[in-house]
This record gives sequence, C-alpha cells and structure tokens, in this order.
Amino acid sequence: MRRFTSFNLVALVFGLAFLYLPILILIIYSFNASRIVTVWGGFSTRWYVELMHNESILDAAWVTLRVGLLSASVATVLGTLAALALVRGGRFWGRTLFSGMVFAPLVMPEVITGLSLLLLFVAINFDRGFWTVTIAHITFSMCFVAVVVQSRLLSFDRSLEEAALDLGATPVKTFFAVTLPLIAPAVIAGWMLAFSLSLDDLVIASFTTGPGATTLPMKIYSQVRRGVTPEINAVCTILVALVTLGVLTASILGKARSPARTP
Amino acid sequence: MHALRSFFARRVVIAIPYLWLAVFFLAPFLIVLKISFSATAIAMPPYAPVFDGLANLWERVQDLSFDNYVWLTEDALYIKAYLSSVKIALISTVITLLIGYPLALAMARAPDRIRPLLLMAIILPFWTSFLIRVYAWIGILKPEGLLNQLLLSLGVIDQPLTIINTNWAVYIGIVYSYLPFMVLPLYATLEKMDYRLIEAANDLGATPLGAFWKITVPLSVPGILAGSLLVFIPAVGEFVIPDLLGGSDTLMIGRTLWVEFFYNRDWPVASAVAIVLLLLLVVPIVIFQKMQQRASS
Repeated sequence: MRRFTSFNLVALVFGLAFLYLPILILIIYSFNASRIVTVWGGFSTRWYVELMHNESILDAAWVTLRVGLLSASVATVLGTLAALALVRGGRFWGRTLFSGMVFAPLVMPEVITGLSLLLLFVAINFDRGFWTVTIAHITFSMCFVAVVVQSRLLSFDRSLEEAALDLGATPVKTFFAVTLPLIAPAVIAGWMLAFSLSLDDLVIASFTTGPGATTLPMKIYSQVRRGVTPEINAVCTILVALVTLGVLTASILGKARSPARTP
Repeated sequence: MHALRSFFARRVVIAIPYLWLAVFFLAPFLIVLKISFSATAIAMPPYAPVFDGLANLWERVQDLSFDNYVWLTEDALYIKAYLSSVKIALISTVITLLIGYPLALAMARAPDRIRPLLLMAIILPFWTSFLIRVYAWIGILKPEGLLNQLLLSLGVIDQPLTIINTNWAVYIGIVYSYLPFMVLPLYATLEKMDYRLIEAANDLGATPLGAFWKITVPLSVPGILAGSLLVFIPAVGEFVIPDLLGGSDTLMIGRTLWVEFFYNRDWPVASAVAIVLLLLLVVPIVIFQKMQQRASS
C-alpha cells in the first residue's frame, strides 16, 4: 500500500513551486509597464509590441526556426537509421565504435562538442554560418533521437515484422508498412526532442556560427549579459508558451491514440 | 534478388549514420586531440598547420608538443578551475538529491490517477529553454530582486543579500536546471518498489523513519546513482550557469575554456583544456554506461 503522508504533500508543493515560480514570475513581469524589471508598474503589453518591431530579434528567431526545423528533420532520419543499425543491424565492422559514437555526444560537455566541430570546419575551410550550425545541431540531436527510437525498437513485438517477411514482403517494404508505423510515436517524440534541443542551444551554436547566423539563444544571451530587459522577458514568455503548447498537444494526441493501438 | 536488395538496404542503414558520426563527431574529436599538441601561432587559424599529408609522419610525431599540457599544470588557474568545477558540481548534486528525493518519493506515493500528471509537471520545465530558466533567476536573485524584496518586507533580513554573482547563485542555478534529471530516475526506481516490504517492516515494529532508511533508501540506490551522475556529468562542464549567475571569482572549467577560446584566442590551450576535461569525466561516464547496460540487459 502506498501511503501519501502530509510530509509527501509538503515535498510535492515545495518542489513544484520551486520548479514553476521562477518561470511564472518571468511571465508576469513580461507584462510589466515599467522598464525597471523588478518594480511593478501596472499591466501592459508594450514589450510585446516593441518586440514586433525589433528587427534583430525577429531575424534571430527566423534563423533559429529554420535551423530547428531542418536539423530536427535530418536528425530524426539519421537517428532512426542509427537506432535501426544498433538494434537490427546485427554484427558489423566497428559496431562498438559506432555505439560509442551514438552515446558519447549525450554526455559530452557542450563546450567540447562546439569547440571540436568548429575546429573541423576551420580545418576543412568550410564557411561558417547557417549550415555549420545546422550540421552541428543534427550531429548532437541525432544521438538523442537514436536513444528514444532504440528503446521503442527494443520493446515491440518482432513477430509482426517476421510475419510480414514470411508473407513475402521485402525488408524495405516491411520497414515502411510494419516497423515505421509501430515506432512512429518514438520517431515523433525524437523529432520534438531534437527540435527543442536545437531551439535551446546556445553553446554549440556560438562556437559554430558565422556572420549573419545569430540564433535566438545567442541574441538572448548577449542581451542578458548587458542586463535584464522586459523585452527579453517577453521573448522568453512567448517561447515558454509555444513549448508548453507543443508538449501538451503532443501528450494529448499521444493519449488519444494509445487506446486504439493497444489491442 | 530479395537477399541482394536487403543486403544493400542493411548496408545503407548502417553506413549513413556511421559516416555522418565519423565525419562530424570522431574526426572533430581527433582534430581537437591533434591541435592540443600543436604550438600556438599568431595567424588565422591560430595554430600550427594540422593537415600536411602522411609523408613526413615521423617528423610530425616529433613536432608534437606537450607545451599546452605543461602550461595547464604550471598555471595554477587551470588546476583551480578543474577542482572548483568538480567541487561545485558535487555540492550541487548533493543539494539536488536532497530536494529531488522527497519530491520523487511524494510522486511515487501519489494516487495512481494523478501520477501521470505529476510526471508531466516534472518533465515540462525540462522542455523549456535552459537559457530562459537560468535567466529567470537573475531577476529573482539580484540585490534589488524579488527574493530580497520579499525577505526585507518580511523582516527576515535588514540588508539585501548578495546572492547573484556568487557560488550560491551557481548552486541554485544548477539545482534548478537539473532537478528533473534527478527526479525522473529516482521516481522510476521508487515507483517500481514493492511496498509490501514497508508494510512488513511496519508489522515487525519498525518506525516509519527506520523503514525508510532500512528499505526505501537501499532499494533506490540505482536511482540515486543514475540521477546523481545525470546531474554531476553535465554540471562539471557547465558554461551558461556560471557565466550568467556566477561572479568573476566563480571558476568553472567550461567557462575557462570559453574564455581561452573566444577572448584569448588560444585554440591549442583551449583544446588541451577540453581533452583534460574529458579525461576527468571518463570515470563517471563509464560508471554510468555500465549501469545503463546492466539496467537494459
């Protein structure tokens, strides 16, 4: 029997308050009329209006969005292939090296990933900018996708695939008709994870970027270093709202689908 | 025909991610290793050439210099930064465990109906931008910030506390940012626990606290270890938190690497710093991987 004591309740309330209060305060103060961030000067949406006229932030947001969509999509394909190679690939040359390369970026400090990719781009004389950031993001987020998809591949019933093969489907056809629909939730979750990692990344983008490819986190970071501004609060609020909406939609969709999937 | 096609399909499935990682993960890493052994040059790129063919291999081996590594041991700043990173990461991990454990326990004991909701509540902040979550604390911890306003108005303190730009702010930042990493593995082990064991202990006369120390804690050791490593490993190399919340005297190696690279433009020393940081993390990473393997097998 699980007993939920008053101590548990206190821990829960304090824990959740600790997690959510700072973000809540940030959101509230984005509607602050006063320029001084810590003094409440009445409700106002002026920072959102100013934001809409701030070209450099909008540019950065556009760059971030393009990098995020492109890198998440490529990373999802590569990560899914990597998961298939790990789970279904059998033995192949350099398998240990391969799985090491898939798992190492997960624990690699960001400063090292960023530094090493930059040194590669410099060594091969690759112009830095949009593409180098995108490649960097693909590289580290594909490993996260691989882990998510791998766990799904490990847990599902292989007999369905075997049945398709016995009935004469080619392995490629089996993959698209049987395997992919079964691992689809993990693939979608992997895409979302890759997208949010890309939106979030400051360190790796700072190392690998070049002229004209300033991402939103880089923009936020350089502004924050100069001081807290209500405009940044407004940017952050919009980002938090978008992410919350995305995660909630995904979980509701996931819930709506799951009863149909389980026989 | 089928066999041939599937043979190629399998090859392609393995080859594409393999090649990508070899080019964009392994090769860059080897370049860092190489540059960490090369001499600093005032040029662009600011280091001695890396690729000059395989012909004069022996000469190149002789060219390798350990100067950058010697430099790391000679300048006390680097050793201090490594030690201080480990210390800050350790203290933060312990605080995260102390806050995360009761939270995970409460989640595991919550009624079945609300448990998925609680899990969602812990995961949601993890999806929101790391930078934003760190930024949120600046407004709270500033001398004229909300925490000081609150404490002053309650009369707890009569002078504003200086928290921002100290190590305390860094601890708060790390604990806050990595709390979900601690709670999730803890929750996973605590949720699976067989609660009949607690009942048995109670029947045999154990106090609730005694049962907790003798049964719950030992059974959750895998979760404690996994959570602690998930917090400790990224915290050691952390850059954003010490940079935005820490002070000028907050030494962390991720920040030292950043300064070495972007401000001093000393790429060989930055590479050597990176290699030593990785060596420092090898032990906890290997422990973590062994645990993951044991858990999945």
